Amino acid sequence: MSDTLTLPTRRDEDYRYSDLAALETLWPITPEEIHVAAGAEESLQVVLDGEAAVARHLVITLEKGAKYDLRVLSAGPVYGRFALDVRLGEGADFTFGAAQLATGSENLEIVTKVVHAQENATSAQIVRTVLAEKAVGTYLGCIGVERGADGTDAEQSVRAMLLDRTATANAKPELEIFADDVKAAHGCAVGELDAEGLFYLMSRGLPPADAKRLMLQAFIAEAFSGAPESDELNAAAQARLEAILG
Amino acid sequence: MLKIENLQAKVADKPILKGLSLEINPGEIHAIMGPNGAGKSTLGYTLGGRPGYEVTGGSATFNGEDLLELEPHERAAAGLFLGFQYPVEIPGVSFVQFLREAANAQRKGRGEEPYSGGEFLKLAKEKAGLLKMDMDMLKRPVNVGFSGGEKKRAEMVQMGVLDPKLAILDETDSGLDIDALRICGEGINSIMRQKDKAVLLITHYQRLLDYVKPDYVHILSAGRIVKSGGPELALRLEDEGYEAVVHETAA
Repeated sequence: MSDTLTLPTRRDEDYRYSDLAALETLWPITPEEIHVAAGAEESLQVVLDGEAAVARHLVITLEKGAKYDLRVLSAGPVYGRFALDVRLGEGADFTFGAAQLATGSENLEIVTKVVHAQENATSAQIVRTVLAEKAVGTYLGCIGVERGADGTDAEQSVRAMLLDRTATANAKPELEIFADDVKAAHGCAVGELDAEGLFYLMSRGLPPADAKRLMLQAFIAEAFSGAPESDELNAAAQARLEAILG
Repeated sequence: MLKIENLQAKVADKPILKGLSLEINPGEIHAIMGPNGAGKSTLGYTLGGRPGYEVTGGSATFNGEDLLELEPHERAAAGLFLGFQYPVEIPGVSFVQFLREAANAQRKGRGEEPYSGGEFLKLAKEKAGLLKMDMDMLKRPVNVGFSGGEKKRAEMVQMGVLDPKLAILDETDSGLDIDALRICGEGINSIMRQKDKAVLLITHYQRLLDYVKPDYVHILSAGRIVKSGGPELALRLEDEGYEAVVHETAA
């Protein structure tokens, strides 16, 4: 990931779908370093719920046997970028759960690079994106497994839900594997709410907005399942969903 | 209560209902039987307001209101319940949360106070007991991992909690074993057999009618009701088959 002071352009893969005008007002992005010591267990939750444009870049190093649980809710910014560089030591464990909720002409993006540098580390990424009107939501996620990092178990589950046909979801899960004994699962899907499920809920008396909210709450909750503060994250997501669904 | 006149509807540009008329009064239980493809499920979905089921003619009046003008959730609030042949699984959405929100949305639509958490749980527990369903199951996501019989019993629990005026039950008996059939039948009787309520049972078979005795039986064929009668008509169908009875009508 580029740390230079030059403003990126569209040709920069990591900034391909960014709102470059908004990015310019935030440039350069100062990386925030997080170091999790050997055997330590830490967690962090980030809620981006203001309207102002925001861009963050976390650089996380996990030492041997360290555990880190990171949850991000991006729901509100006109432009919101959350970039992540993670490096896992031997037997380290990294969990990333994120939800992006956008409407209007908002542009939200999550860009991750998770590198398994040594043996037997595990990582799981779950990203759920809900987009209405002309919003753009992006996930660019690369998993790297370095030479010798055998016993790696890396997971990526990326799903986006379009509430209007005018919204755009971009998703690019990537794997770069240089070891032999590796388990890497990735799933990626962009879709719309299940019409049959919606009718079922409405037939029981739920107005359309409530039926959609209920289904989307469940969709988003997947990203926060198992988080230490999942209730808080789900409540904040629900508030934003209600605003989006009007 | 429900008056359907010359109802015509199409699905994906294919006419399915071709002039169906039916009147249901409070206190009555009607059964609609008919061969595959006759339009039985289409009738249920059209009355429920499912998107894609387009009414091309006729009318349906529910307690004086034009049913076809209402949105699906408004039909529910007006007192219509549609029991699904294939209840939909909704991962992640808790059954009790959904049912409580639905019940309260209906009450709000009618200008009534919402159920408190305690009131609702008591009511749900009572109806679950009626259908011999474990409350723990209802804490799970809607219909996910339910067996065919559990799904149908869960539909009846919903019906009990929502307390509709008219229930249209689309093949509630399909996929049920003998015990579940009896439990569902008894549930329907206990919830719906009342002076001010009515039921429209859509079914292929006589067996559900052994438990829920209909006052009227109608045969639906090619989008129209071709014959109506009392409970004996269902027994004749079972003996002679649709073809013989429908053919006799046409002759």
